[in-house]
Amino acid sequence: MSLAAQVLVRRGPVTVDVALEVADGEVLAVLGPNGAGKSTLLRVLAGLLPPDGGRVAVDGTTWDDVAARVHLPAHRRPLGMVFQDHLLFPHLSVLENVAFGPRTRGASRAAARTAAAAWIGRVGLDGLGGRRPGQLSGGQAQRAALARALVGDPALLLLDEPLSALDARTRLAVRAELRRHLTDYAGSAVLVTHDPVDAMALADRVVVVEDGRVVQAGTPSDVARHPRTDYVARLVGLSLLPGTADGLTVRLDGGGVVAVAVPADGPVLVAVRPESVALYLSRPEGSPRNAWPLTVAGATPHGATVRCELDGQVPLLADVTATAFAELGLAPGSPVWAVVKASEVAVYAR
Amino acid sequence: MRRARTPAPLLVPAALAVVFLVLPLAGLLIRTPWSQLGTLLTAPGVGQALRLSLVSATLATAVSVVLGVPLAWVLARSRARGRAVLRALVTVPLVLPPVVGGVALFLVLGRQGIVGSWLAETTGITIPFTTTAVVIAETFVAMPFLVISVEGALRAADVRYEDAAATLGADRWTTFRRVTLPLVAPGVAAGSVLCWARALGEFGATITFAGNFPGTTQTMPLAVYLALQRDPQAAIVLSLVLLVVSVATLLLLRDRWLGRGAAA
Amino acid sequence: MVAVLAVVALGAAGCGGGDDAAASTAGASGSGPSGTLTVFAAASLTDVFTDLGQQLEGDHDGLTVQFNFAGSSALATQLTQGAPADVFASANGTQMSVVTGTDLADGDPTVFTSNVLRIAVPAGNPAGVTGLADFARDELALAVCAPEVPCGAAGEDVFAAAGVTPRPDTQEEDVRAALTKVELGEVDAALVYATDVAAAGDRVEGISFPEAEGVVNDYPLCTLAAAPNPEAARAFVDLVLSEEGQQALEDAGFRAP
Repeated sequence: MSLAAQVLVRRGPVTVDVALEVADGEVLAVLGPNGAGKSTLLRVLAGLLPPDGGRVAVDGTTWDDVAARVHLPAHRRPLGMVFQDHLLFPHLSVLENVAFGPRTRGASRAAARTAAAAWIGRVGLDGLGGRRPGQLSGGQAQRAALARALVGDPALLLLDEPLSALDARTRLAVRAELRRHLTDYAGSAVLVTHDPVDAMALADRVVVVEDGRVVQAGTPSDVARHPRTDYVARLVGLSLLPGTADGLTVRLDGGGVVAVAVPADGPVLVAVRPESVALYLSRPEGSPRNAWPLTVAGATPHGATVRCELDGQVPLLADVTATAFAELGLAPGSPVWAVVKASEVAVYAR
Repeated sequence: MRRARTPAPLLVPAALAVVFLVLPLAGLLIRTPWSQLGTLLTAPGVGQALRLSLVSATLATAVSVVLGVPLAWVLARSRARGRAVLRALVTVPLVLPPVVGGVALFLVLGRQGIVGSWLAETTGITIPFTTTAVVIAETFVAMPFLVISVEGALRAADVRYEDAAATLGADRWTTFRRVTLPLVAPGVAAGSVLCWARALGEFGATITFAGNFPGTTQTMPLAVYLALQRDPQAAIVLSLVLLVVSVATLLLLRDRWLGRGAAA
Repeated sequence: MVAVLAVVALGAAGCGGGDDAAASTAGASGSGPSGTLTVFAAASLTDVFTDLGQQLEGDHDGLTVQFNFAGSSALATQLTQGAPADVFASANGTQMSVVTGTDLADGDPTVFTSNVLRIAVPAGNPAGVTGLADFARDELALAVCAPEVPCGAAGEDVFAAAGVTPRPDTQEEDVRAALTKVELGEVDAALVYATDVAAAGDRVEGISFPEAEGVVNDYPLCTLAAAPNPEAARAFVDLVLSEEGQQALEDAGFRAP
């Protein structure tokens, strides 16, 4: 285990009490609504906020241990952090921004610049090193911020809502790129987000935080299939299916075909929300374009709805009311037709 | 076009303010004895007083920046108790009649002063009636302008940049030097300009603590005041010189220094 | 000098309305002057005139005396710019002539007192100053008045008469500022007026020197032509010139004209 943290912070009305473990090369998403204490948790891991209790250790080194009165200040922690609105220093060029970390950590000017230039290339900003942050687009700025965080090869990478300040289109592109860099990254990464798509697309594991506490943890698909609370169900129900788009049709890697409303090309992720899936015992009339015969693999009730796990060529999650679930007489193993409007299917480049 | 963008309720008071500020200046220009200008300007002591004014105001500004920016940081960022009291104390020179400030400086740095007497005994150095005293008096009166200006800039600056610097391995000093200070540079520049202008016009504390002697302590405002006693026409000319030089300097700096800050 | 004073004194009878006015004031002491009297006076007269003003207010019910004490040149400037006043008392003839020269005075001015220079030293005279010659000692901290102001001009005259080249550390903007530095012990000696030494009390000692007698500074006063309260103005001038007024001036270190 590379990051092991047990953090207690009291801030105003919210008490954050969270335990995390993240292995080398693993990406952990901390998912939760605004005000749940996610950013507070991240500030503690960064050393910007001393915790009121608990301990934080990375690669066996103790960064925080309240009982032992150990607190390593932020600038002594070998970490990289990406902030929501990039926070590139406006008075420095992109190159100087990226070289800032290596310089303060003792690299020579030449070495810092060489390392910075290499990372600027890796995030696709070749030729923009001389620009000021104010002259970059939002996506370019967030790429530069990612380069700045990764350049020192940190033991821990912290990402605080890295995509939420970007417009929808830029977000897709930067998310895909971020995914690539996270795959290459060898250290532990903690991603804080309120967007389940980020969590599902980028993380190996998810912890859902509500009111300062972990309400559920597991792999993204695990959490989505077996939501433990209504909140988690609403938040993490998304089915993400990899496939290849060709215009208005996506051929899934698993074999199924999905019709979409927005044309796309190349490798994509198809996203379907469980509440947009309707279930029938026989093929519905009017031949909807997205109708698949599937099998009920499992059912988890939460609140007044039941989340059904559907297996087949197009594995999906579907939410139906408890009444409908009973009327249809569904049980694990039941065959069922799942119908989704093309306009309810989202497509993301991957 | 420009008029259309300024709301009418602002336009009238703004125009009044301009009239109020500019008319006395116009009066000065109208009453300037242009025919005697050459004679009055080349009179002995004018160049000397002007040079002394510029040098001492610049030194006072430099001292104010070196001491005042750290003080502004403490006022804006430190969580120490008594900060409000400290701020009130620091701004005392703003409300203190400068002549009283001069007397206060005597009580501390004068020959008989708390620190001054010790200084005179151990090193033989006395401060009053020297150019050093001019710089000290000007610094005393002008530094609060810089401190308040920089403190405002520091409060307005986004502290999250400092967090970002910390996550990049910068300790607090490095963060201050490489991030905070450049971010508030326009505020420091504006504060320095205010400070310099105030130091340049300083009269009361200077004439009290540093005295008045041509070449060592007689700055332009002192020369203007004394000229007024004997020859008001000469006083007008001297004021005009001070005015032209200070406005020209500020315009020059604005282009070079503030201009860049504004573009960033 | 005596002749000059006599001429000015004769002229003074005109300024303020002369004997008739004095008689009428005396005769009407019951009703007498009332309203507000505004006196512009040299700063060195502050203490004496304030006392005399209070006395006049006590003698005449309904009379309020307002003072504007400042440097004589500042007062002259204010008067020529139209400041309303009843009486102007200057610390020198130059500034008085600024006022008379613009026909603002009512008649000719009267010299009502005079002042001589004196050396002021801190109590105990730590530097052992004995006379004007000490102003040539470079190692002492010395203050004189700036040549632009009256006490400085007078100082230049006494130094010239004594054949001393002064080495001052500062040329003060006015005599009070010079005296303040003596009081604070920041200078070893300052050349000021006898009245300033008298007003400074215990913290300052005065040293007379013979050359001072050659440079006597006369104080003229006059009522103003545009005086809003001419009756009160005459009463004030008479009080200053009376035996009582002259005694008060002498107590403050002034000399009879």
